[in-house]
Amino acid sequence: MRPFTLATATDAREAVRLVAGDPDAAFLAGGTNLVDHLKLGVATPGALVDVTRATSAEITDLEGGGLRVGAAVRNSDLAADRRVRERHPMLVRSLLGGASGQLRNMATVGGNPLQRTRCVYFQDVTTPCNKREPRSGCGARGGYTRYHAVLGASEHCLATHPSDLAVALAALDATVHVLGADGERSLPFTELHRLPGDEPERDTTLAHGELVTAIDLPALPPATRSTYRKVRDRASYAFALVSVAAAVELEDGEGWVREARIALGGVAHVPWRAHRAEAVLRGAEPTEETFLAAAEAELVDARPLDGLDGGNAFKVPLVTRTLVATLRELTQERES
Amino acid sequence: MDTAITLGVDGEVYRLTVDTRTTLLDALREQLDVTSPKKGCDHGQCGACTVLVGGRRVLACLVLAGTADGAEVTTAAGLADGDSPHPVQRAFLDNDAFQCGYCTPGQVCSAAGVLDELAAGWPSNVTADLTTEPAASRAEIAERMAGNLCRCGAYVNIVAAVEQAVEQATEQATEQAAEQTAGQARR
Repeated sequence: MRPFTLATATDAREAVRLVAGDPDAAFLAGGTNLVDHLKLGVATPGALVDVTRATSAEITDLEGGGLRVGAAVRNSDLAADRRVRERHPMLVRSLLGGASGQLRNMATVGGNPLQRTRCVYFQDVTTPCNKREPRSGCGARGGYTRYHAVLGASEHCLATHPSDLAVALAALDATVHVLGADGERSLPFTELHRLPGDEPERDTTLAHGELVTAIDLPALPPATRSTYRKVRDRASYAFALVSVAAAVELEDGEGWVREARIALGGVAHVPWRAHRAEAVLRGAEPTEETFLAAAEAELVDARPLDGLDGGNAFKVPLVTRTLVATLRELTQERES
Repeated sequence: MDTAITLGVDGEVYRLTVDTRTTLLDALREQLDVTSPKKGCDHGQCGACTVLVGGRRVLACLVLAGTADGAEVTTAAGLADGDSPHPVQRAFLDNDAFQCGYCTPGQVCSAAGVLDELAAGWPSNVTADLTTEPAASRAEIAERMAGNLCRCGAYVNIVAAVEQAVEQATEQATEQAAEQTAGQARR
């Protein structure tokens, strides 16, 4: 492991100053991904700045029923919060479906969406990877592609984003607050991540030294039902093959679809907001045919990959079935 | 590059100097000779290094020791109250919840964390209604312990042990509450 200096920032401005002024520096939050990358040689910073005391660890009420989640709030504390459990089942299920109890106690809400892909070629420094080492090639192409993208990939990168929480935040229309050397700014969560294009080394739209300080969760109409469904190779403690975050509001709680918000996980370099599926659902009757049409519309541009493991064409029907099942669950009368 | 830290470990206070690259797990095992937390995968995948930091279960292999300055660490070796084992330790013995024992200290610390998380009403991925206080079913326990792997496959008895420990902890809490109420009534 390359030697590095370690500083603890006690406020966000200090943290930003320390990292923005040093191209070799990086923020360290929960450490669940970055510390592993230090060991693997995937990350080789010369300076680390611990930011777990630099931003808020509180969840505060916003006007109109929204919530502001400090970047240092731990995943487990967000999932346990009474307000979040009542208002955002989708968000809580995305948190609880991710990692393990120990990791959720460590991971922070600011850091979780910034974790890197679990593409095995990215994590193995003996194989080529354009994301880890620009212009070195892509080990995944023609390799093991079971966990790779079917939407929005580029010739340079096939990786998927691993965060469950990010999928829920994308569907929720959350807002990200960021502090940089030039001051504060806010952006829609759906603009935080970027498709790989010809710069797969850039996961997000953040500049070096920009620190996520908080994430705002907007209030949803009271009649909205939401959930997160994750499909994986084992029942617990595994990354998603595909996942669906969905929130649906029906007219009078049982009629046509007034509003739908959907995001998909495990299918793209970003948490994939399913605008096309939402457009099909809006104003339609919540029937099986509508749900299938929504899935079909979203997957029109799906490009499954070949691979040594048989490739990932299975993801197209798997997304379809998971999305349909999730929408069925949300729109049918639930026994309680 | 070195950094000086203070760690509270199982009731003892240690002042030590660590390389910034040192994990909490390596600081405990290699520098302080606290060998109860085990190194399994060293990548946050197996749970053998689970300890309690400030009462919460975490993976010591993914914590940089330099960021743990001032932390209160409890390992499986420090859970007992003197000669009286922690309810989780008692339950592991009663249920033969191990074979080789290598993952056991991590399992025990994780289970101690599960007890507190259940008592605090935290939901899990298998909790049907997120707005309720989850009951400690076997499915709940298995899900909550999913971060601790056991290569001997002692899972059936581990779940039984945690179930017993949860029952005992619940009984104790009920008794304590009853005693408190009785005490208040006497006053």
